Parts: sequence; structure tokens; C-alpha cells
Amino acid sequence: MMDKALQSIVQVLEKEFAGEAEESFGEVQVLVSADNLVAASQKLHDEFGMTFLSTITAVDYFPQKAPRFHVVYIFRSMSENLQLSLRVPLADEAPVVPTLTGIYNNANWRERELWDMFGIEVEGHPDMRRILMPKDWEGHPLRKDYPLGYEEPQFTFSFEDIDLSKPKGEI
Amino acid sequence: MTTPYALPEMSLDEVKHLVSQRALDGETVLLNMGPQHPSTHGVLRLLLELDGETIVSCVPDIGFLHTGIEKNMEAKTYLKAETMTDRLDYLNTVGNNFAYCLAVEKMLDIDVPPRAQAIRVILAELQRIASHLVWLGTSSLDVAAMSVFLYCFREREIILDVFELVSGQRMMTTYMRPGGLWRDVPIEFDNAVRNILNTFPQRIDEYEALLTKNPIFLDRTMGIGKISLEEALSWGLSGGSLRGSGSDWDLRKKRPYSGYEQYDFEVPVEQEGDVYARYLVRVHEMRESLKIIKQALDTLPFGPVRSSDRKVVPPPRSEIGESMESLIHHFKLWTEGFSVPKGSVYSAVESPRGELGVFLESDGGTKPYRVHWRTPSFNNLEVLSKLAKGLMIADLVAVIGSVDIVLGDVDR
Repeated sequence: MMDKALQSIVQVLEKEFAGEAEESFGEVQVLVSADNLVAASQKLHDEFGMTFLSTITAVDYFPQKAPRFHVVYIFRSMSENLQLSLRVPLADEAPVVPTLTGIYNNANWRERELWDMFGIEVEGHPDMRRILMPKDWEGHPLRKDYPLGYEEPQFTFSFEDIDLSKPKGEI
Repeated sequence: MTTPYALPEMSLDEVKHLVSQRALDGETVLLNMGPQHPSTHGVLRLLLELDGETIVSCVPDIGFLHTGIEKNMEAKTYLKAETMTDRLDYLNTVGNNFAYCLAVEKMLDIDVPPRAQAIRVILAELQRIASHLVWLGTSSLDVAAMSVFLYCFREREIILDVFELVSGQRMMTTYMRPGGLWRDVPIEFDNAVRNILNTFPQRIDEYEALLTKNPIFLDRTMGIGKISLEEALSWGLSGGSLRGSGSDWDLRKKRPYSGYEQYDFEVPVEQEGDVYARYLVRVHEMRESLKIIKQALDTLPFGPVRSSDRKVVPPPRSEIGESMESLIHHFKLWTEGFSVPKGSVYSAVESPRGELGVFLESDGGTKPYRVHWRTPSFNNLEVLSKLAKGLMIADLVAVIGSVDIVLGDVDR
């Protein structure tokens, strides 16, 4: 059973932002499109007291094409003691979400992680760099088509390899 | 042939939007602090822009301890994946298991027996004290109070001994399992915990005698690294760092789990929002944890410690020789694992550092489809770039200690 206070929030999201509510193990998730994300979050923040952004993450449904990704935003209202997730479905090609850094300061690092791990671009982000992986890393590790293992060793014990990279003086 | 790997450096070009124009003109000094700096509590690297000894801007660089735990968990069955959770926040291993088990149990909709719930609470609170002891020791070491560190680590050993007693492991216990516990606690458990309950209040008094009114400590901590409640929320701070700024948000109180609603305890709150306030909150929290442990131990019910749901919890060894069904369950559980219905949950617990959340998505199979950890250290560290502005380097070290981060928790 959905909480009453939560129900009224969901109704607003459904009406104003064409959200689709789902319930999963008693938790409420609302699917909204990427275009409506910022406006919906702003509404949650200003009118419903959801001033705490718990986390941002994504799920990759590879090989499904549309939607390939769901970006998950989990909000919390401390005054009303509520928890709500927004889910933004994204297609396979060039996935982009708008940034929430204008509303929540802690969206900054989580969105960098989103790009680093899933290759989902964040439009309007003030500081888009890789956060957990080295900056010259190729690929986005948490995508389902990125294999686990087979990583190129970052060091070598082969004397031939070491010898090759040694500086040699001219004879 | 593999190419020799060079650690990529953060070039000035890459971060020029984060430092002031004066750094680009060469007026201020850019200094690397870490990743091997003793005061950064792990492998944290900070790029500091300095004007004399004052910090103009601070750019944290993380990821040195990234071990791909989320990806690894996707490739393991639900039970095997639990062993990865210990490795996240290595000062709160029991708490990580706790969060993970609660999420899996929520999806499976199985009940945990009351005895298991109470033992879970006792261990989680012991872990909170142990974690706070490491925090207290290291953060006071950072502000040059050497002796506290030695006392704290002496006491932490006693708690780790209890973990060894119940699980055989001092740190990576994996003692809680989906559906209950690995096994019941041994008979010595009650005495060992009561021993802690009897000695610890005086020990905490001792730490406070060394620090709380120590003029040097006050000078180093009061008014340093201030953050208002509104900003703390916007930066996603939680746990002691948030309660130091005047919020009484504690998941144990507000969204009780595992029977926390039965216990009578206070949530310490301080209004100042500085390093000293966060210190007071955490020290007070240790006393409240002792109160919870005492109540849980006094009312510890008898009974089973594992759910009787054979689809999830393996049967006892004695049954396997007698019952064909038990043998089948045993075989299925240790080869294929149990399957979890489709859907996703986000379940959060109050870890020593704040809101530790697990986002778990299942596709109906025996391995988690996606696991995401909302680790409190990640958010507590992010705020550093804001707090550091205008501080001296020595004060920055005090602030890093006060937001209480574990780099294993940040980088995952």
C-alpha cells in the first residue's frame, strides 16, 4: 500500500510531468522522461521537501535497445520521512540526461560516476571528468557489454618488456 | 607486448575551471597532497591551490582504491556476492553485510527470527563503536593528540575479539546471511559483551578527559569547517556529519529496521556544524550505542537464528543425511544459489558514517542484475571542496578527519 503523502506526490508527477508510477517491493518509482527530469526534481525539492538526494545510479538492460538504460534518482524527504525514486529511461544511442547540479550539490560527483561507469552523458555538468577510473581508461566498466576480467596488466615482470622501455645511450 | 603503464597525472589544463585565475597566472601555488599522505586516511589525493598557507581551492581526486566491487557482485550468486560487501568500508564490515542482507530479505520477503535480529543489532552497534574509535584515534592524531590514538586502538581490539569469537574473523566477518545469521553465537558471547558494557563508559570518559576540554584541541576544532544545515543537506551529508549541523535524522529512529524501534536511545544533535560539533556527536553516539547493546543483550530472546525457508537458507548438516529434500536444497543452494523475484529495492541503514544504501535490481535470476552502493563517505568527501576554502592546511587535516571517510567506501 502506498503511503498517502507519497500518493499525492505521485499524482502530481503523473499529471504534470507525464510520469508513470510503479511499485516494487513496496517502494515507489516514477518513470519520467529526460526532458521532464529537472522540472520534476525542482518540484520535489521545492514543494514536497525532498531536499536530500540519496544517490544517482543507472541500470543497463543490454542487449535491449529501447530503453537500454534506466537512470535512477533516489530522493528523500527528511521532514515528511518519505523516499521516492525517479527513473529516466534512455535509448541505446547517445544517452543523455540533464544535470541536477543546479538543485542538489551532491549530484556533481554522482553524475561524474554515471558517465565514468555507464557512458551516459550529462548535459550542462560543470566538471565532467572521469572520477573513479584513470582518465585514459577506455570504455565504461559497468555496462553489461563490458567484460569482467581480461584487463591489460598495468605492470610487467618480463625482463624483455622492461628492457625495451629502458632509455638507451648512443654508441 | 604490454606497454609500460604510467599513472596519468591531473594536468592543470584539465582542472583549470576549478582553480582561480591567479593559479593560472602563477601567483598562487598548486600543491599535491596525497595520495600517500598519512593525514588523508587512505589513498586520497587533494590538489590544493595555496596563497601562502591559506587554501584558495581544493580539488579532491579519488579512485585510487577502486576495486570494481559493484561489477564483481553482478557475476556472483547472492550469497557469494555478500563476501564482497565486507571489502567496501573495511571499518564497518558488519554494517555492510547488514545493509545487503536487509535488501535481499526485503526482495525475498522472508522473516528473520527475533534472536537473529537482536544479535544483528548488538553486532552493528559494536561495529559502530569500533569504527568511531578508529575515527576518534586517527582524527585526534591529526590534530596532534597522540595518546588518544593508542587508547582507542587498545579498546578496538576488544571489540574485534568479539567478532572473532562469533565468526572466526576479526574484520571480514560475513556473519550475517540473507535469512539470519551464519550460526548462533557461542556461549561466551554474553560475557564478552557484558565485559565491554562494564568497562567502556569509563574508557569513553577517559577519551573525553583528554580531549573535550583540552584547550589545544578546542583551538584546533572550534569554528573550523563550518557548514549550515541547509548546505549539509544539499551536499548529501548524513550521519554524524549531518547531525553536527542540527538535524536529528537517524535512520535507526526514523525508518527503524531489525527491531531498532524496541530500544530506547537518544540521537545526539549539535547545532554548531563545525569540527568540534561533529566530535561531540560521535562521542555521544558511542554512549548511546552502549545503551542499545545493553537493552538488546538483556532482552535477547531464545530461538532459531535462521529463517526456516529452505529455498534461501541451507539446511543444517544433521538433516542432510536423513532427508532427501534437504540434500536437494543443499545441492541447489551451493551450486545454483537462490533466485530472487524481479524488481528493485533501495534499502538503507545508518552506518557509523551515515546513510549506507544498497540499490539492488534483480532480473529474477540467482545473481544480482545490478548492485549500487550509496556509500556515505562518497558524499562526505565531496563536501571537502567547499569546506576547505579559506582554511589553513593544518585545519584542512582536521576537517578531513571530522567528516569521517574511509577510502574503500568512497572508491568501491
